[in-house]
Amino acid sequence: MIKEGKKLIWQDYQKEIAGDHFFYVRSCIRQTFFPGSEWAFIKILKEFLHKDLYENPAHTTCTGIGYHTDVVPFDTTMTVAARQFALMTEAGYENLIPSCITSFGLYTEILETWREFPEVEARVREFLWKATRREFKKPKNLAHASDVIFKFRNQIAAQAKYRLVNKLTGEPLRVVEHIGCHYAKMFPSKGVGGAEYPYVLTGMVESWGGQVIDYPERRHCCGFGFRQYLVQANRGFSIACSKKKFDSMEPYKPDMIITNCPGCPMFLDRWQYVIGEMEGKTYGPDGHGIPVFTYEEVAGLLLGLDPWRLGLQVHQVSCESVLDKIGIEYDPDEKYKSLDGKDLGRPEVPSVLKV
Amino acid sequence: MKNFGFYIQPDSQIDFDNNNRNLAALVSQREPSFDWCIGCGTCTATCTAGNFTGFNFRKVALLVHRGENEQALQEVEKCMLCGKCNLACPRGVNTRNVVASIQKIFSRYQNLVY
Ligand code: SF4
Ligand code: SF4
Repeated sequence: MIKEGKKLIWQDYQKEIAGDHFFYVRSCIRQTFFPGSEWAFIKILKEFLHKDLYENPAHTTCTGIGYHTDVVPFDTTMTVAARQFALMTEAGYENLIPSCITSFGLYTEILETWREFPEVEARVREFLWKATRREFKKPKNLAHASDVIFKFRNQIAAQAKYRLVNKLTGEPLRVVEHIGCHYAKMFPSKGVGGAEYPYVLTGMVESWGGQVIDYPERRHCCGFGFRQYLVQANRGFSIACSKKKFDSMEPYKPDMIITNCPGCPMFLDRWQYVIGEMEGKTYGPDGHGIPVFTYEEVAGLLLGLDPWRLGLQVHQVSCESVLDKIGIEYDPDEKYKSLDGKDLGRPEVPSVLKV
Repeated sequence: MKNFGFYIQPDSQIDFDNNNRNLAALVSQREPSFDWCIGCGTCTATCTAGNFTGFNFRKVALLVHRGENEQALQEVEKCMLCGKCNLACPRGVNTRNVVASIQKIFSRYQNLVY
């Protein structure tokens, strides 16, 4: 598709994103997958953009994984969401910012369900009251955390120490952007740019100096798909999806992948190791993989945060190639040290994928 | 190579630019009732060969329509041409002649398989 056409579609799919006073809800899985990402988001919003952001430790999982695997019934899920809304109301906030795409999709689904069926909302209010004696106001603005970074992408670019540009050649880095399916595929009007041509990550990459790669399977799912992965025998379907994407992007020689969902960076990163072990195939240059980042990690790196504080050492595909290309300073000896300087040990080296 | 308890599913996307659909056209020419198949699988349920070999006429019809000819050829070799499926088909597809036609066409045009 020609770029002008995309821009027209992007114009049609604009959403309102609150500018301040955020009630931030964490993801239950990102903490372990990419531990520095949420830390970076809060730091960027508070210290670089000087925004008011509040999170309540009583916040729980949204139940999204249980809901999408048919373990948790929708009524339970809606009541859990209602409790999160109640925590937000009690704290005096109206703008809900989930860190997770699954949560964002789920809250959107719940609010849309209540809009269509007010009697369901009334029922859930009653459930919540009976269970917890809480009441709530619905969020005035619901945006994903990547929407917020997207909104402030130019301010971030203005404060950035680095750009997504190859220091040696002066060329923009070639970036694959991958959007979580639940960002806009369920409710296209709730995502920046809609389902077909979401602009949320593209906008960041363009503002930060990179070049987005268009490749045939760009909108294909990463393969997480909840049940595809959670049942071991089904994991072949999951990895097949990621492999299809890698096979499709490989000829375009991407320098890196940027994602906005907990599952996508996890699977696009870890499956590169598994494909290497199972089929001997790797996708980056010289047996290395294609480094995969969350958008907060990329924003944090460009703003000059320490790569190891951002948690890049827990990535399966090593990220140093991208750090070197951009010219980011880092101390290799610090890679496997904890915050208080203790040695964390070394992970086992894969037999195929070079790290 | 490591065994993780699952394997990478091969891609089942059909690329009509690459798949050779000439076989489907030739089969329909020889046995026009091939086009009437609705894929119900009644033929497969009655098939004696299918009881012993996993042969599946419905699968053959699907493979031929998709242009996955190599797999189709491997399949049709299992049919013993007894014609039981002919009696069962609710659409009146001459299934036996479809199988026979595929075998004949293959023996004549080797290049349909690649
Ligand atoms: S019984 Fe007839 S219609 Fe049904 S799948 Fe077989 S050939 Fe097709
Ligand atoms: S003709 Fe072939 S497909 Fe049909 S019932 Fe007999 S063995 Fe099965």
